[in-house]
Amino acid sequence: MAITTFDFEKPLLELEQKLAEAEQAEPRDDAMLAQLREELERRQREIYSQLSPWQRVLVARHQDRPHSLDYVKAMMTDFIEIHGDRAFGDDQAMVCGFATFRGRPLAVVAQQKGRDTKENLMRNWGMSHPEGYRKALRVMRLAEKFRLPIVVFIDTPGAFPGIGAEERGQAEAIARNIRDMFTIEVPIICVVVGEGASGGALGVGVGDTILMLENSWYCVISPEGCAAILWKDRGQAERAAEQLKLTPPDLMELGIIDEIIPEPLGGAHKRPEDTYANVAAALERWMAQLTAVPVDELIERRYQKYRSMGRFVDTTVDTDAETL
Amino acid sequence: MSRTILRPEVTSVAWFKKEKYSTLKPPQMRDRIPEGLLTKCDNCYTALMTKDLEENLRVCPKCGYHHRLPARERLALMTDPGSFREMFTNIQPTDALHFVDSKEYPERLKAARKCGFDEAVITGEATINGRRVAYGQMIFEFVGGSMGSVVGERITRLIEHATANQLPCVVVAASGGARMQEGILSLMQMAKTSGALARHAARRLPYLVILTDPSTAGVMASYASLGDVCIAEPGALIGFAGPRVIQQTINQILPKGFQRSEFVRDHGFVDIVVPRKDLKRTVALLLYYMTGQPDESMRAAVAEARVTEAPAHEPTGAVTAEA
Ligand SMILES: [Zn+2]
Repeated sequence: MAITTFDFEKPLLELEQKLAEAEQAEPRDDAMLAQLREELERRQREIYSQLSPWQRVLVARHQDRPHSLDYVKAMMTDFIEIHGDRAFGDDQAMVCGFATFRGRPLAVVAQQKGRDTKENLMRNWGMSHPEGYRKALRVMRLAEKFRLPIVVFIDTPGAFPGIGAEERGQAEAIARNIRDMFTIEVPIICVVVGEGASGGALGVGVGDTILMLENSWYCVISPEGCAAILWKDRGQAERAAEQLKLTPPDLMELGIIDEIIPEPLGGAHKRPEDTYANVAAALERWMAQLTAVPVDELIERRYQKYRSMGRFVDTTVDTDAETL
Repeated sequence: MSRTILRPEVTSVAWFKKEKYSTLKPPQMRDRIPEGLLTKCDNCYTALMTKDLEENLRVCPKCGYHHRLPARERLALMTDPGSFREMFTNIQPTDALHFVDSKEYPERLKAARKCGFDEAVITGEATINGRRVAYGQMIFEFVGGSMGSVVGERITRLIEHATANQLPCVVVAASGGARMQEGILSLMQMAKTSGALARHAARRLPYLVILTDPSTAGVMASYASLGDVCIAEPGALIGFAGPRVIQQTINQILPKGFQRSEFVRDHGFVDIVVPRKDLKRTVALLLYYMTGQPDESMRAAVAEARVTEAPAHEPTGAVTAEA
């Protein structure tokens, strides 16, 4: 049985039970109900306004959280899936195709996790093989050919670390995608909807605009992976999460992302329809901006966007900076 | 080779065999050897004169095993003596995340500097047989050659310098991956460097990568995989995920020679495996083929060949004058 309520939500659970009982009670005590509802929302707000980085990671992995294709289904129509990399196979952890969004055609690249064990086996828990990255690039090139903007949904615990993945060039597939996404002459919008783990995410993550849902994370390594390396103990993931600066506000501050998309109180899964509406609104706004930019400028801006990422001291400029 | 016949059950899993040997011969063995005079080969355990091993570019004369080459010796191997002019040393690390593990990140960097380098890469201009190239070399001695903001920025500036000056770019990789202590910033160096390579490639300029032990993870999933030609030293660990992570994930024994240069070549992701002694010549030859311009080591031979073999198209006098 997967956990659907986190420890930090326990105080809410009690209130929710009380509220449910009050709703059933005869006769109904409306004053009491209102008071309970108010109390519940106040407590929710309290908890969710101060989630720790690790708690946010947990929400990003919540088993009821909407996955990439849920967004496609909710926000877009007439989706046609394009299978396969025309070289080895079809990776179902990476779903690609064309769809209509608010009356306009576009291309979709979606990293997809499963909802249950059966679907997760098919989706490999959202961990792509090289053929997934190659399929994504193939579809992005198609989008470029037909002048369609591209929307990428990022949600992966990482590129798959396995024998076949290595034999078929996982590193090369990701490297090529990263390089070639700089040359694709149509707008690319990336939305981190859940987990953005390392090269597995960046392999489809080079875009003109990078958006993140409020309770998603994006980092060079998972907190567990980091803890395993630093302290030889995956159990120290919480400590690693504190250090890694992987939350949307951190990434905003580090100049990596362009906007944080708000989630309903309690996380995207509490009121999915509101979540989809928020994502759709942000997408539409950015899409309108980007499609108005001439291609040459788009490509130059994309380069400069990543060119400026990183923090270092330039001793010829910051002459009084203290070098480490 | 005779061991293969005597103990087939062990040799079927090559690195497993190696593991077994290292448990049979505890590390104290090495300590008993007079300091510096003798060195044991890490692969065949033959005691070698340290001087001989060093003169042989740290390649075991008995079994051909390529030991890791210290950065300074690597630079001397790849470039003309005294030709390397280091650039972008003004780019220095900072602790953007205020990262603390067992040590604070600045402390870790300070300790790493004891290896004699200020970061995990050196970049600049050098000549290879007289040909000007943009040259970058990762320093494994510095925090495992890990890529943070400084590595990414220096490599990017190197590639941009090569693009602006129409130079070939040669990079020696030696890295365990990204620098965790810089979090998302280190991840984005993969994008920055690869983006710069797209522009370098668009100008039809050669980009060569030499993969040395180890070349994995973030560096391998960006600029180290993007060479027009990817050359590997024999036996180097090359891959995306580390073997330990893979083994923990799939819970089965990894195939023989998995993620080693020859294995990666046989699966189509390394172009050539080249012994250390032939590396410079191979790079020089490739640069000749890619630019059409012979370097000073081959100018005479090329001119002579053209005189004898292709007089019809080439005005003989001009070529002879060049030689
Ligand atoms: Zn040996």
